[in-house]
Amino acid sequence: MSAGVLPYTVETHPVTGVYSGKLGTWLFLASEVMLFGGLFSAYVLLRVGAPEGTWPTREEAELSWKIGGFNTLTLIISSVTMVMAWASLKMHNFAKARIYLIITVLLALLFITLKLSLEYYPHWHEGLKPSTSVFFACYYTMTGLHALHILGGVVVMLYFIGPGASLWKTDPEHYTNRIECTGLYWHFVDLVWIFLFPVLYLMN
Amino acid sequence: MSGSHADMSKHVKMYLGVLSALFVCTILTVYASTVNMGHATNMTVALLIAAFKASLVAMIFMHLKWEGSKIIWITLALCALFFSLLLFLPMLTTTGLPASTVYSSWG
Repeated sequence: MSAGVLPYTVETHPVTGVYSGKLGTWLFLASEVMLFGGLFSAYVLLRVGAPEGTWPTREEAELSWKIGGFNTLTLIISSVTMVMAWASLKMHNFAKARIYLIITVLLALLFITLKLSLEYYPHWHEGLKPSTSVFFACYYTMTGLHALHILGGVVVMLYFIGPGASLWKTDPEHYTNRIECTGLYWHFVDLVWIFLFPVLYLMN
Repeated sequence: MSGSHADMSKHVKMYLGVLSALFVCTILTVYASTVNMGHATNMTVALLIAAFKASLVAMIFMHLKWEGSKIIWITLALCALFFSLLLFLPMLTTTGLPASTVYSSWG
């Protein structure tokens, strides 16, 4: 092995039993669970402790379950296209994998566009801001942080569709592993939304 | 997990099956929220469906079903433990206190 080359990017590490990128991604996701867990915990504390009548009802919160539900389905489909990209690479079909990655990026952008145009923008103009109530402070923090994670995922996927794709020619297995790690992150982002949707849109 | 072409074809079918299950569960979540079972029951049902959906994503899409590495399972177990603590700690600390106590520092 030459100096400067990361070991165990493809082959399994003898101690951990996985390639190092995968272990690193899981450790990162564990820290992400703590980040979102803290926010969920704060939400539960504030929701349970809210004096009677102070927490907005579903109508007062003006959050449409139809938009939230549609966005949930968008993210679920994007999770499937992401895992299909990885499966296509495992079947040595790079062209198909690239198409699946592009669809995933488009679905992510659809999610963000709907969030901004149908929720954040009209809410903000109606005066429903983070300072409006504890509920809206939680809502903007949790969904905003989630949206930033989606944008982060889009940047990574665009890299692997574009300049990062050259790795497929030189080391296809390494590229496939990188897509698997990107997928792990992307499914986690989907997983967070699976909880955010009922908690914020359906439980008031 | 084996990466043979035949295995991957089986996996693709499984992914589509999970997609259908996630769609049905999302519709079920919305429907369950319209049935008045009491606030606590509604909340529990919605979270149970969400937990089921999350486990499908983690087991199948994130390949945990085929994960044999102990270190990943240990990481996840510790993660689940601390996540549970994070969720239940506020409930334990506020039990028995008047609702307004939580908000008292907000002025």
